Amino acid sequence: MALDSKTPKGPIADKWTNYKNKIDLVNPANKRNIDVIVVGTGLAGGSAAATLAELGYNVKAFCFQDSPRRAHSIAAQGGINAAKNYQGDGDSTYRLFYDTVKGGDYRSREANVYRLAEVSANIIDQCVAQGVPFAREYGGLLDNRSFGGVLVSRTFYAAGQTGQQLLLGAYSAMNRQIGRGKIKMYNRHEMLDVVKVDGKARGIITRNLITGEIERHSAHAVVLGTGGYGNVFFLSTNAMGSNVTAAWKAHKRGAYFANPCYTQIHPTCIPVSGDHQSKLTLMSESLRNDGRIWVPKNMKDVEAIRNKTLKPTQIAEGDRDYYLERRYPAFGNLVPRDVASRAAKERCDAGYGVNATGEAVYLDFASAIQRYGKEQATIKGLDVNDAALIKKLGQEVVKNKYGNLFQMYNKIVDEDPYETPMMIYPAVHYTMGGVWVDYNLMTTVPGLYCIGEANFSDHGANRLGASALMQGLADGYFVLPYTIGDYLSDDIRTGAISTETKEFEEAEKDVRAKIDFFINNEGSHSVDYFHKKLGKIMWNKVGMSRNVKGLTEAIQEIKALREQFWKEVKVPGSNDELNEELAKAGRVADFLELGELFAKDALNREESCGGHFREDSVELDGEQKGEALRNDEDFAYVAAWEYKGEPSDAVLHKENLEFNDIELKQRSYK
Amino acid sequence: MSGILNSSIGRKFAMALSALFLMFFLLQHFAINILSVFSPETFNSTSHFMGTFPLVQYVLQPVLIFGVIFHFVMGFVLEIRNNKAREVSYAKNNGGANSTWMSRNMIWSGLAILAFICLHFYDFWFPEINTKFIQGDMTGLIDPNNADSGFRYFEELQHKFESHVRTIIYVIAFVLLALHLLHGFNSAFQSVGANNKYTKGLKNFGKLYAIIIPLGFIFIAIFHHLKHVLS
Amino acid sequence: MNLTLKIWRQKNASDKGKLVDYKISDVSPDMSFLEMLDVLNEQLINEGDEPVAFDHDCREGICGMCSLYINGEAHGPDRGVTTCQLHMRMFKDGDTIFIEPFRAKAFPVVKDLVVDRSSFDRIQHAGGFISVNTSGNTIDANAIPVNKADADKAFEAATCIGCGACVATCKNSSAMLFVGAKVSQFALLPQGKVEATDRVLNMVRQMDEEGFGNCTNTGACEVECPKGISLENIARMNREYLKASLKG
Repeated sequence: MALDSKTPKGPIADKWTNYKNKIDLVNPANKRNIDVIVVGTGLAGGSAAATLAELGYNVKAFCFQDSPRRAHSIAAQGGINAAKNYQGDGDSTYRLFYDTVKGGDYRSREANVYRLAEVSANIIDQCVAQGVPFAREYGGLLDNRSFGGVLVSRTFYAAGQTGQQLLLGAYSAMNRQIGRGKIKMYNRHEMLDVVKVDGKARGIITRNLITGEIERHSAHAVVLGTGGYGNVFFLSTNAMGSNVTAAWKAHKRGAYFANPCYTQIHPTCIPVSGDHQSKLTLMSESLRNDGRIWVPKNMKDVEAIRNKTLKPTQIAEGDRDYYLERRYPAFGNLVPRDVASRAAKERCDAGYGVNATGEAVYLDFASAIQRYGKEQATIKGLDVNDAALIKKLGQEVVKNKYGNLFQMYNKIVDEDPYETPMMIYPAVHYTMGGVWVDYNLMTTVPGLYCIGEANFSDHGANRLGASALMQGLADGYFVLPYTIGDYLSDDIRTGAISTETKEFEEAEKDVRAKIDFFINNEGSHSVDYFHKKLGKIMWNKVGMSRNVKGLTEAIQEIKALREQFWKEVKVPGSNDELNEELAKAGRVADFLELGELFAKDALNREESCGGHFREDSVELDGEQKGEALRNDEDFAYVAAWEYKGEPSDAVLHKENLEFNDIELKQRSYK
Repeated sequence: MSGILNSSIGRKFAMALSALFLMFFLLQHFAINILSVFSPETFNSTSHFMGTFPLVQYVLQPVLIFGVIFHFVMGFVLEIRNNKAREVSYAKNNGGANSTWMSRNMIWSGLAILAFICLHFYDFWFPEINTKFIQGDMTGLIDPNNADSGFRYFEELQHKFESHVRTIIYVIAFVLLALHLLHGFNSAFQSVGANNKYTKGLKNFGKLYAIIIPLGFIFIAIFHHLKHVLS
Repeated sequence: MNLTLKIWRQKNASDKGKLVDYKISDVSPDMSFLEMLDVLNEQLINEGDEPVAFDHDCREGICGMCSLYINGEAHGPDRGVTTCQLHMRMFKDGDTIFIEPFRAKAFPVVKDLVVDRSSFDRIQHAGGFISVNTSGNTIDANAIPVNKADADKAFEAATCIGCGACVATCKNSSAMLFVGAKVSQFALLPQGKVEATDRVLNMVRQMDEEGFGNCTNTGACEVECPKGISLENIARMNREYLKASLKG
């Protein structure tokens, strides 16, 4: 069955305006009688909850953290894109649209991306009005920086804490509505199922993480803004609690899951230090504006570095391989993330990794420090030949730009990045795949919406830096509030939804049965034991580069691991208390199913595109030899999977992607 | 403005205002007392003026007493409330890692100062009130019936510092006052909202004030004591 | 490294709770403090004991979820870090480490080392926002230039992660650094000045209602704050409050 994306007709630039002009609206008096559940309070969920409440709906918002402000959007560092063209460097809505589609390797839906680019400028206006303290220039106007994969400076930022500032903005908007009683906030609640009544999403089942109470909540529509599933790899830059459970339960209730294999491996993360590692820490991509990535040219230098007999600063310029600058002269260190990550893996696989595990490359700020130092010395009329002065001045500039990141690195690695190059390695960061949604952001379950990273819609096979924040806020502030109104206009006479129905009862029973199973199972291994094993399979066989053999094995291994999990998992404590192991068990159970579907999707997609790299689909010769090769003829579609029991039984539905406004091209950053 | 004392910041502000007032008083008190070292005559005449001038006696003195009482009562109220804000205390607390001893023990230095003030009142203020308002002797003379007997203030002062014990108590009290002021001076400015580019300078001035004034008082006490011992 | 841990165990809010000793061996200096606790918990689960409950999420020092009073200091002995960024290289072989929850009446213990910090949220509900609708129909972002120094100060105040270390470390359990940071962020920006009066009055009122203590300017909060929020923010809040009280 082909999926209908419900994209409006007409020229791409007019689609959203025309759509908004024609949809049904709900009058303010009726909005008071309509309830909406929002699960997740990150940028997407938080902004959606605030806006829906402002419009007049009764919103119930849920998060598993102890406060909405702690959702993992808070960890986004670098910035947020917007087609403001404040720098006058040729930016426009079209160019942002074009860059995003190209950056996504032509696997996203044109109309959605255009709409995203269109509303992006509004986001900045909105956030400034809310008091988000973006970085400014001395004239008092907003500053911009550039990010990977594009040729303009369109990224707005607040030092290395942009996500935090934007989330606090959305949280403040929520606070206003919580204070007014329009949002009822449920902290430390985890959604464990979606309840469908007459085919429509009408509520959720939650567990109070403090008391263990299982609760029923009803509404006229349910919105999921529950983030990505990068933690299926165990080690990722996601928060410890980030999980797929809400999205996966929606999938099990009929929402198709799209492109699970599209995962972004971020090139600049702090390398793994040992088996005890619980998560990976990202170093913002903005560092690549000034840092140069390299490994030694000669194997003997690599060995000397690993033996600690040689310091990286002692390696002569000519003996360094700035491999990104060498391979991609046009974009250099600012190639998109997927390209940078694979290039790092290529060098490390070839044996040039610079730490004990052989999985690290250098990110070097020495030349930026020199450049900035000279610039400052010139401005201040000081001696440009005084090496110590230049270094000091340059370090000050770098500190101003990236101080918090350098400090973070220093605390974790115990090395001073002002003096010696940072060591970095790619790590799982963002998942482009997610719950399939149409142009309205509605899933295949009527009344069930999915926004932000949890859906699949806007980034295709690879996301550009600083676009995640943009999408989350665009969905929550400016898109969903319109599209959901169109759906809810049919519900003005429905009245309150009762939770005392068969559907709620059954859903609750399922949830309780699973919890009882975990508590009573006489297992022998902790939840983390299985999660780590799953992560290893995923990273080794479904990671940065994939092949048929590895994927086939991964599917078998995950299935076997899942069976073992259900036999041998051990969960201490009881249900009626704060029990993190119990919460984790439920999440890992879902990861064990998703992981298999993930591998199945990767196996199905016999092409390389964006974050999905198949070793059997590369350019065989010419200038692009060895680079990823897309297959537009056979794979220009969204793979949306329908749940049928076991992941292996999932049924593929295709949404064909049409490109009317952008010509399909092989990406080149040479 | 109503109910400002019911708010945490209002109480803090009031505490700071009374502190600033007391610090100003202390400066004035010191200025007069130091005269006793250099010129007993000037000390006597100034003391007599302060002790009999109606504006000082009937306006400033009650304000001062109110200020002292307010500062103490508010200090206790805040301490009790603040203790209630943590019902279970830490098994291990390393306060020295992040704050000064003075800042954490204002209540103890304050209580010591209160005890000292009681002694001080017993020594000077009660006899003074007794002489002036109960016996009705407003002359300030050693012998009220003899105009040539001279003012009594300097003699009374000298007499008090004859005792070793009293002198030691005074010295200890002034050390505690210094500790109290070392935190209190800057704290008062922070509480009224003064934290800006002048803060650094003000902090240094505060330290000087907190050390020099009590040191000066100690000097006066020891000076008179030694004078007695050596004579 | 081999360590002795003295950890606060408390079944639930109504339980009395006590310190319990645990031994842990082979701790790597490269581990983060929370990874060390992960190892302890794995050990406890395997031995059939209940793992120690503690709050954590992002593990990169930004979500503000992790807490812990370690050896008498909020977020432990290192400076400018949260507990999740604290590394075991700060400790020595054979050390005894006290691990207690953040303590304040306004932060009741939920279980073991987990506390309820919703009082912070309620203070924000009372006024931690600018009343502007999220319609997107605001003026252009560059229509109001903001002095860079003010914008930078607002940003510095806004970097507060709401972890509660200021309260935990304050001898008075005062929340004034947190509230001061919130008030300052908005008071420094032209957008926030419009409702500055109501904001500071409402937020301070709520802060007092929650049962936090009163600031006595010890400055411990500034030292222990993982984000280095300055005491200047408390002074600014005091000013704003007094100004607002005189007005209102």
